[in-house]
Amino acid sequence: MDIQFILYKIILIVAILLLSLMVAMYSTLAERKVAGFFQDRLGPNRAGIFGLLQPVADGLKLFMKEEFMPANADKVLYIMGPSLTMLVALLSSAVIPWGGTLIIAGREFALQVADVNIGVLYVFAVVSIGVYGIMIGGWASNNKYALMGSVRAASQMISYELAMSMSIVTIVMTTGSLSLNEIVTQQQGMHWNVFTQPIGFVVFLICAFAETNRAPFDLPECDSELIGGYHTEYSSMKLGFYLFSEYINMFISSAMIASLYFGGYDFPFMHDMGLSHNMVTLMGTAALFLKITFFGFLFMWIRWTLPRFRYDQLMRFGWKGLMPWAIANMVLTGFFYMLFKK
Amino acid sequence: MSSLSLFLTVFLTGIVLVVAGLGIAILLAPKSFNLQKGEPYECGIITHGTSWMQFKAGYYLYAILYLMFDVETIFLFPWATIVRDLGYQGLYSILFFIVILGLGLAYAWKKNVLKWD
Amino acid sequence: MLSLYVFFFLSAVTLVSAVMVLLSKKPIHSVLYLTLTFFTLAGHYIMLNAQFLAVVHIIVYAGAIMVLFLFTVMLLNLNIEGEFQKSTVMKFVAAIAGGMIFLVLIGTLKSFDVTTVGDPSMTQIGLVKNLGKTLYSQYLMPFELSSILFLSAMVGAVMLGKKDKN
Repeated sequence: MDIQFILYKIILIVAILLLSLMVAMYSTLAERKVAGFFQDRLGPNRAGIFGLLQPVADGLKLFMKEEFMPANADKVLYIMGPSLTMLVALLSSAVIPWGGTLIIAGREFALQVADVNIGVLYVFAVVSIGVYGIMIGGWASNNKYALMGSVRAASQMISYELAMSMSIVTIVMTTGSLSLNEIVTQQQGMHWNVFTQPIGFVVFLICAFAETNRAPFDLPECDSELIGGYHTEYSSMKLGFYLFSEYINMFISSAMIASLYFGGYDFPFMHDMGLSHNMVTLMGTAALFLKITFFGFLFMWIRWTLPRFRYDQLMRFGWKGLMPWAIANMVLTGFFYMLFKK
Repeated sequence: MSSLSLFLTVFLTGIVLVVAGLGIAILLAPKSFNLQKGEPYECGIITHGTSWMQFKAGYYLYAILYLMFDVETIFLFPWATIVRDLGYQGLYSILFFIVILGLGLAYAWKKNVLKWD
Repeated sequence: MLSLYVFFFLSAVTLVSAVMVLLSKKPIHSVLYLTLTFFTLAGHYIMLNAQFLAVVHIIVYAGAIMVLFLFTVMLLNLNIEGEFQKSTVMKFVAAIAGGMIFLVLIGTLKSFDVTTVGDPSMTQIGLVKNLGKTLYSQYLMPFELSSILFLSAMVGAVMLGKKDKN
């Protein structure tokens, strides 16, 4: 391929990764602001107006803190754990279509890094290797609480991954393609999957909460039992990586929910407003980010609304609650297609 | 640009970001040594025994069950892409597959493997 | 040209990490090296334009089987160095078994007709739709039988892992 295209792709990759980091930074502020709102207090408001510089201050603080390692830790794996978690969190942004195409100087540039024909499975694969960072980190710190937290995290993530992938299978049945771009394009004109797949959407949403270890599924790090869970022994930027990756995962999950069930960058009357091609694309991207913001808010909303599950409840809910629903939804969708959409 | 080189670029950029984060932290962070800092973070008393010890088998069983169902779901993906071309015959063949695996889930359910205790 | 470099890079990492599986002292490091090997193998699949196979390789091997291994090594506390001293008989038997596998590999390579593979980006068999069409028509029977295999494996795991209290 030509140099122009390669340059564009590299700029896009770097931009998206930096954007993920920025969103993660400001999600921490949003989380604290939302928490303040729910608890009828102000939240951070000293650094900058509305506390807008708070994430910068937090980030700087993480860099400036001394880091030390437990004496009995497995040194290599101790560093690898958080790095891997961060890396994996950054990887999944590659296949998400962040918008349509931009036409610059007569050439079409897609706002998606790689439109592969297995996009959904790629995300699924990235999710399934997300277990490693947490398990390695928790095990390597040689702390009982950390090990407990990481084993809980791994067990929970693999349990909820099944129901999640089953609901993705159902989406694939309706679109007949594993490419995320294709899935988004087919939903254009308000044919959003959430209308035809409400059960699948609810299952996917719950699983997304469990996969990101967010409340009410935050057992791996529940502070009242396990100090801090798998990152108990971490300090400085390594701790920052664990905390950051949680917010990046939240961001990517929101983007996935928006792309799979809410039409991605689709918005009402997209092609009927007489806008230019580039304008439609930019507005589509804005619409996508609006949806992502809503789901990000939902993550925080639920955190301050629902109490934490007990471990046996969590496992029962995953295997005996969500799994049968996901399987039944899949079979029903299959029959539905045979009967009506032949 | 092939998809492999795209993914490699994403991967390398991610590695650069992670290494930069770790490197800056090493440069900026103060260093001091204290023997107490190496102790496991617990309630203050010296930890009893090692932390790397045997765990309950319940976690392991879930992992095995997960493996089975994971492979099953992987089989479902190629079917899902062509379900509309296959028609009833494809639906029944996958239904047989799901029912057999559903039996496995039912067996585990019956044997109380899915019950956490 | 770029793909050639990528190929050599991937192959080198594959071989080194495969050797490291055997050489590393701690079992947990072996498990992680094996995971790395699976990743680079998946890279090879992508180079052969079998993207579905590549991603399935990662999901099943790296995402499920190796997690199971990791669980085993971590939770059954198998991470003690140098604990696996085997008896002489065991070593002898292992050497014979390994040697036989080596012979089989040599034999296969010798009888293997080395032909130039066509441009892999031209073959479409690795794409998911074609795979599905073949799997659910031509190989339907083995596919259904595999479900019974899964069932027996699941029942076996449950039988072994769960002791009834009464």
